[in-house]
Amino acid sequence: MSVLVYTESEEGKFKKASLEVASYAKEVAQILQTTVTAVTFNTSDASELKNHGVDKVLNVTNDKLSNFNAEAYSDVLKQAAEKEGTKVIILSQSANSKYLAPLLAVHLNAGYASNVVNLPESADPFMVKRTAFTNKAFSHTKIETEIKIIGLSNNSFGLRENQGNATAEEFNPTLSEEDFSLKVLSVDKAKDKVSIADADIVVSGGRGLKSGENWGMIEDLAETLGAALACSKPVSDMGWRPHSEHVGQTGKPVAANLYIAIGISGAIQHLAGVNASKVKVVINNDPEAPFFKAADYGVVGDAFEIVPKLTEKLKEFKAKNA
Amino acid sequence: MKILVCISHVPDTTSKINFTDNNTKFDTNGVQFVINPNDEFGLTRAMWFKEKQGATVDVINVGGPETEPTLRKALAIGADSAIRVNTPATDGFQVAKQLAKVAKDGEYDLIIAGRESLDYNGGMVPGMVAALLDANFVNTCIGLEIEGDQATAIREIDGGKETVTAGLPLVIGTQKGLVEESDLRIPNMRGIMQARSKPLKVLDPIDAAAQTTIEKFEKPAPKGAIKLIDPDNLDELINLLHNEAKVI
Repeated sequence: MSVLVYTESEEGKFKKASLEVASYAKEVAQILQTTVTAVTFNTSDASELKNHGVDKVLNVTNDKLSNFNAEAYSDVLKQAAEKEGTKVIILSQSANSKYLAPLLAVHLNAGYASNVVNLPESADPFMVKRTAFTNKAFSHTKIETEIKIIGLSNNSFGLRENQGNATAEEFNPTLSEEDFSLKVLSVDKAKDKVSIADADIVVSGGRGLKSGENWGMIEDLAETLGAALACSKPVSDMGWRPHSEHVGQTGKPVAANLYIAIGISGAIQHLAGVNASKVKVVINNDPEAPFFKAADYGVVGDAFEIVPKLTEKLKEFKAKNA
Repeated sequence: MKILVCISHVPDTTSKINFTDNNTKFDTNGVQFVINPNDEFGLTRAMWFKEKQGATVDVINVGGPETEPTLRKALAIGADSAIRVNTPATDGFQVAKQLAKVAKDGEYDLIIAGRESLDYNGGMVPGMVAALLDANFVNTCIGLEIEGDQATAIREIDGGKETVTAGLPLVIGTQKGLVEESDLRIPNMRGIMQARSKPLKVLDPIDAAAQTTIEKFEKPAPKGAIKLIDPDNLDELINLLHNEAKVI
């Protein structure tokens, strides 16, 4: 009856979101008075999961699963859930988890609540709080089915320390040809760039920067902070920056610890997409910009002077605090 | 090739969000409804297949009569016919059940649905439809080519993209990037006129219960006041971010 959690890893390392869902799964398991079982793929060392309360690790070693495959991974999780008699499954809201969640939900006839932001409010009825209307509201949702799947919103719960055994076990579920009907031809992924979904800090530029050629100072600031790069919709529509950087209601969501918006006015659609960030800083020379009503800290002034100065000072700060 | 595009009827992106009936219902008063933006990218791509490869394009929505203007917009963009399954949408699973039934009966080759809708952000309908149909599924689809009964799709992943192939029938979860924003189709006068006489079929729903229920909505807590920092005093910003906010 253990709580099952899918802990994604990349090149043997667990993603921050995986440690977050493990932490969350531990506390859900405590509410339900049971244990936590994590499912890992091709991971030789799952000991990090010990610190976040995982009791057992089911590791699947299979060459055919070295590339993510939603159908196959969902079949593995289904069999793991059946083996464990699981009633609650915790997933992150990464691209891959969101891809497999609905498949798993149908195969297990499990109700799926995505964008969950808190521990369940009650176990019976099983109630969870989720975001709705792209971060403009919350809903309190009851999951009616026997097996329940929770998709935990990125950076909503945080990492918690809890001691577990993380006893590792090799798991060999039976996979069929049908699980592999989708074939991966190529994967194109920036190796040393932190993605918006995984970043603690996101530095974002808007139309106030006047041209895509002025992005050098944005990239410098991002690099100094180890941050991911983002941009507003008009900037990506005009081709100044790639689509993959567009954040907002119709772009990627940002749920970072720190979001720095430079030359972005703060239209409702942009705010909706970045509202889940813990701390928002806005740098804009228009004191009337709506973002100043929605941010935590702000600097009114010329970004072209402020941003390079800020980057310099941050470098000094980092050197002093190294 | 038969294409079915699933259309969600959602409040437009500038809508103020309020609730009525003791916070149990979304207040539609004064709200403008539109085609879900993620669906629009899929619909425009479907139109390309229609024009370049002779595909037929039907659009479908699960909802009451109030969604028909939105279906007509899709017809005005160029879809051949519209289908409305006459039942309110209650949750992602219930909607997926209705869509899958129509998709199966109609023997569609390609089913397109926005990967997430602006209102409930469930992000589950495309995947659930695929699983119910036992069809191949590519989520966060930002590229699609089809030759015969083979599809090559590009999927956006965290930090990059992946190219996959799959046979039909295929379900894709669409989003920005599938087509350029500047290529999005909008209804023109001719399209709007033609839409009036294109078929809009109303179907009875199948029995399908929701698996989740929204008991109550809640608005976020009001924001505290912003702390403004003088541009000549950026040390103070760094100090606040480090000691107060603790984010650097």
